[in-house]
This record gives sequence, C-alpha cells and structure tokens, in this order.
Amino acid sequence: MGADVELVSPFVLEYAYKRSTGPVIGRFLTSLRDGRIEGVRTAAGRVLCPPVEYDPDTGEDVQDFVEVGPCATVLTWTWIDAPLRDHPVQVPFAFALVQLEGADTSMLHAVCAPREDMATGMRVRAVFRDERVGSITDIAHFEIDTGVSKDLVPNEATEPITRFKAPTRLEYVVAAGATTAEFLRGVLRRELIGRRCPSCEKIYLPPRGSCPTCGVRTTELVPMAQKGTVTTFSVIRIPFEGQVLEPPYAAAHVLLDGGDTPLLHIVGDVDVDLVRMGMRVEAVWAEQLEPTLASVRYFRPIDEPDVPYAEIRGHV
Amino acid sequence: MNERCAVIGIGQTQYAAKRGDVSMPGLVREAAKRALEDAGLTWADIDAVVLGKAPDMFEGVVQPELFMAGALGAVGKSMIRVHTAGSVGGSTAVVASHLVSSGVHKRVLTVAYEKQSESNAMWALSQRFPFNPPVMAGAGGYFAPIIRAYMARTDAPDHIGLKVAVKDRQNAALNPLAHLQMPDITEEMVRASPMLWDPVRYLETCPSSDGACAMIFSSDGSEVDNPAWVLSTAMRSEPMLFPGRDEVNPRAGADCATSAYKDAGITPDQLDCAEIYVPFSWYEPMWLENLHLFESGWKAIDAGHTHLGGKLPINMSGGVLSSNPIGASGMIRFAEAARQVRGTADKHQVDGAKLAMGHAYGGGSQFFSMWIVGQERP
Repeated sequence: MGADVELVSPFVLEYAYKRSTGPVIGRFLTSLRDGRIEGVRTAAGRVLCPPVEYDPDTGEDVQDFVEVGPCATVLTWTWIDAPLRDHPVQVPFAFALVQLEGADTSMLHAVCAPREDMATGMRVRAVFRDERVGSITDIAHFEIDTGVSKDLVPNEATEPITRFKAPTRLEYVVAAGATTAEFLRGVLRRELIGRRCPSCEKIYLPPRGSCPTCGVRTTELVPMAQKGTVTTFSVIRIPFEGQVLEPPYAAAHVLLDGGDTPLLHIVGDVDVDLVRMGMRVEAVWAEQLEPTLASVRYFRPIDEPDVPYAEIRGHV
Repeated sequence: MNERCAVIGIGQTQYAAKRGDVSMPGLVREAAKRALEDAGLTWADIDAVVLGKAPDMFEGVVQPELFMAGALGAVGKSMIRVHTAGSVGGSTAVVASHLVSSGVHKRVLTVAYEKQSESNAMWALSQRFPFNPPVMAGAGGYFAPIIRAYMARTDAPDHIGLKVAVKDRQNAALNPLAHLQMPDITEEMVRASPMLWDPVRYLETCPSSDGACAMIFSSDGSEVDNPAWVLSTAMRSEPMLFPGRDEVNPRAGADCATSAYKDAGITPDQLDCAEIYVPFSWYEPMWLENLHLFESGWKAIDAGHTHLGGKLPINMSGGVLSSNPIGASGMIRFAEAARQVRGTADKHQVDGAKLAMGHAYGGGSQFFSMWIVGQERP
C-alpha cells in the first residue's frame, strides 16, 4: 500500500430501537390500524393532525380526539422522480403536506397522481393498506379524490398499540488518517511503530499525530519492542449484544517496553484466572496480516519474572 | 457572575427498568411538571430550557432538544442541549444555573433524561470501530482495570466493594423513586452475584434505568420558603489518553473539586453530605480520595463514615448504583444534594444538612462537573 493511498474502512451502525408511544401517539397509531385518522383538539379548539402530545402554543396537555379526513387538501408538494429504497412508494410520486379535512395542521405523506395533475390546493383521499399494523404507513399514500372511497379491509387486531420498532442503519466510510495509516502499514510488516513528542519526549502507541499534553505535532517514529507488561486488566465474563469474542477473555492494558502509553488488547494463550498485573507478555501475530491492530491477535505470557507493582504504578 | 442562583423546584420521575407507559417527551415532561408544581409555577413563568442527555445512540434520536421542545413548554423560548457523556446531568445543571447567575434569564428549567429501555447501552458502548482489536466491553469493561489498579495501589480489601453495594441499596430502600428496591441485600448476596467484569460483580454495578430529573432555578429564590442556594459550580475535563495519566485519581476530578470548594468558600470537612457519581461500587472509595473528602476512601467506608448517620453520608438517595437513567444520573446527584439542604429529602434526609455537594463524571473519567449548595443565602 503506497503512502498516497488513503486507508478507509466501512463501518455500519445498525439497531432496531424499541419505542414506547405514550397514550396520544399510541391511540393515533391504533386508529390507523383500524382504518381511521384521528387528530387531537387543543384547549383553544385547534385540531392537530398528526397529533402531538402537548399543545405547542401553550405547553398544556391536548384535549380530546377528533376523527379527520380521509379527504385532504395539498398545501405544497415536491416531485420524486426516482424513489429511494426507503421511500413509501416505489413509483414516481409527490411528497406533499396534506391537511386532512377537519384538521388545522398538515402532515407529510406521499401522493400518487400523474405529475401533470399535481397542484397546490388539489383534493386528495387517504388510501389505506389492506394489512395494517399501527404505523403511519398504514396509509399507503394519498390519491386524487374521485368522491368514491375503497372498501376498508377490516382488521382483527384489538390490542391498543403502545410500542413499535424503529430500525436505523448508518453506513460510514471511516478514514484512518495519516498517522494511523502509517502505523497500520507498519503492522503489515509486523512492526509496531510509535511516535515521540518532541517536547515531553513521551512515546505514543498507538501513535498520535499530536501530543495532547504539549499540543505539538509528534515527529519522530520509534519502532517499539513487541514485548511488554500487563499494567492492569479485567476478565470480561459478561455476554452482550454485538460481542466479537467469546467470554471469558482478559482485556488488558499492555505497556510495551520503552513505551509510555498502555495499549488496550487481549491477553491469550493462558487461563484467564492466571492473568495478573506485572505479567510479561509478547505480541502474537495473525497469519494473514490486515491493516488493523487486530492483526496482533493477542498478547501471550512469556517466561520472564513479573514486573514489580512499583515500576508500573505510574502507568495506571 | 452578577446574580445569585437558587434551586426553587425539583421534580423526578419514578426510576424503573422500563417506562413503557410514556413516550420520551412524556418522560421528561413528567419530571418538569413535578418541578413546576414544587416551585408553584407554570410553563409561562419559565424563560429558557436547558436539556441534557448522554450519547444519542442510546435512543437513536439526534437533536432530542428539538423533539422535546413541545413537551417542555419551550416553544418560543431559548432552548439548548448540553452533552458531556455520563457527567451530562451535572454539566446541564451547571450551564442552566449560569444562565441565571449571569443575569441572562430570571427563571430557567433544566431537565436531563435517559430512556435506556429503548435501546441497549452495552451495545452502544461496545462498538468495534475499524482498525482496532475487539476489546471493548461496555462501561464495566473500561472501568474494571482501573478499579483493579485502585485495589493494588491502596491494598483495599475485597469487602469494600460489597459494603458500598449494600449501603447504597439500603439507602435506596428509603427512597421510593429509586429503581432497585432491595432492602434485605447483604454482603454475602453481593459476593455471590456473578462476576461480570472481574473484579466487578453484578450487584456492584448500576442498573439500566428509564427516568428524568428536572430543576428550576431562579435569581432571587423568593418563589419558595426553602430554596437551595448554588454556592459554586465547577467543570473540568482531560484527554482520555496521555502518558502518565492517573485514571485512578484523575487530575481533572481533583482540580474540579478544589475549584468548587474554593469558590464556595468552604473546606470539604464542612460538607454535611454528598451525592457523588458511583456507577460501580469501587468508585465510592476512589472518588472520596479524588474529591479530597477522605485521605483513604476505603478506610472511611470500612469505618462506616459514609452511611446515613455517619461522618459524611454519601449517596443518601441510593445513588447511581440504585437508579441509572444515564443522562439524568448526574442531575439526580445535583438535585438530591439540593433536596438535602432544602430539608425535603424525606426518609433519606440528613438531619440539619446545611451544605451539600453534587458530583458527576463521564466518558473515560474525562468530564467532571460539581456544585455545592447551601441553605443560607450567600
């Protein structure tokens, strides 16, 4: 890998959050499941749809529920020629602010109509899905109101909606940056190369481009020993979502010989109950080297006497 | 600062593993309404709102302050969000108090929350980022080696962690809002609980909670008969990694405490009680030393000095070990300190408390926030 090639890696953050709706939003979603659209009335008599839990004008609780729609007026719109994967409709459509009949506020939804028929002020009607689950997408979309409504397919569910899942997925491309990329090129040669601060002369490993203590750029590259000392550690015995290693495993602070910052890594090839502070260890490399510190599979004990606590005290 | 700042209203939700009956806005509103009731005020009396919570990944809602403006009566008012990881509840209160003490606003509402049941904090804190070995194992995995280093440094006996775990849950039994209610807990039960992040056992750790805490600050305190006066606030931070960093006794925490005592014009031995951020029982002895409260934290605990009725009661409410809505946990410490000097802490009240301290920390012991509150108008 040349110095001019940027080192990047994909990174995906994905989780299905579990939302509780509270009473107001829960009732709105329950009504959608049952094929009705409801708004809420404020103390001043305004009808808000979609409902909110609290009157935005006064901060007070909202009052009773009012059925609105299913006809609505388009207040404004924008045309989507090429729908994206997560759009509610997979043919060209309009995102529109639609104000349901009987409501004083508008909501964002999809309108399916020929582009040439789209107009501000046009009348549309909600089209419900046959299978409804208690979601805003139980309204499949709005269409031009012809005065005729489709028969609603009844829904057998009766339990009120109180929660829903909100899946999220974020895809990143993480750039290592110059300092880490340089370090990881060393890893591909089975080298651990730290960087020394010109001011305090301390060595950072993994390297830092600048010294957080002195605020100056680190300049000197320092190839490090691959032996070190466990300054402190924990044995991870708890399983958890997304865990990569099988518990129990020892996560340790390893201070490489001559270094000044401990490296957080795994201690392996040893019964976790035998791991101790002051234990001498060495890096064990993976057969297949990748530009990641995980190419050091773990640190394993070596046959050297433990380092006394007094000598590592300043590093934990 | 030109003006004074008084705590005139405090509101907390019930803390629980899951508040499935309310939305996130509903949760913060519950705490805020209780604070308004406590202060005898309405939404219209509030000039600005300051919201705090821990990382957005905990619930997957970015910019929650916009999401919650309606629930907090903040439409048309100044509203900001503060974020300093686990210490955020404390720093949110500090920022909000400065809006009053600087003379910018007369009355400010501050709220902090977490709804941990909507996600999984272990997952959120254990992401395997590119280029790194798969070592992360949540907050416990991060702090357990530091706890081990404290034990080695001070020769603290193993039962200190058990004692704190028992003491805080016994205190929680006096606080009906506390999440964990284990009045019959014993050191043996704690010792027998599973080892999660050796040397930290299950019952030596905090729960995952839903909950919110709110306070109302005023510049003259005249709204109520028993305001708590903010005598000083302090915040400090330090980088997560630098050579020679002392994670057992972080400089930022020690400096934060020195500043808080100096600005309040007191010495730590004048405090009647303190609520400090202890998510793992061993952090009580560590912070007792870091905050200059006792020379040996573990010996003070062993002697019973931090129990209710002891020399310096710590975490009378049950602490983070008994209720942990992460973003709110720091503010609960601050609010519980204020309850003590207002004389409204009910069954966990320290008799005659006049001076109390609230403390929070966050990140990898990187962010610290504190305040000292008193009964006497400064």
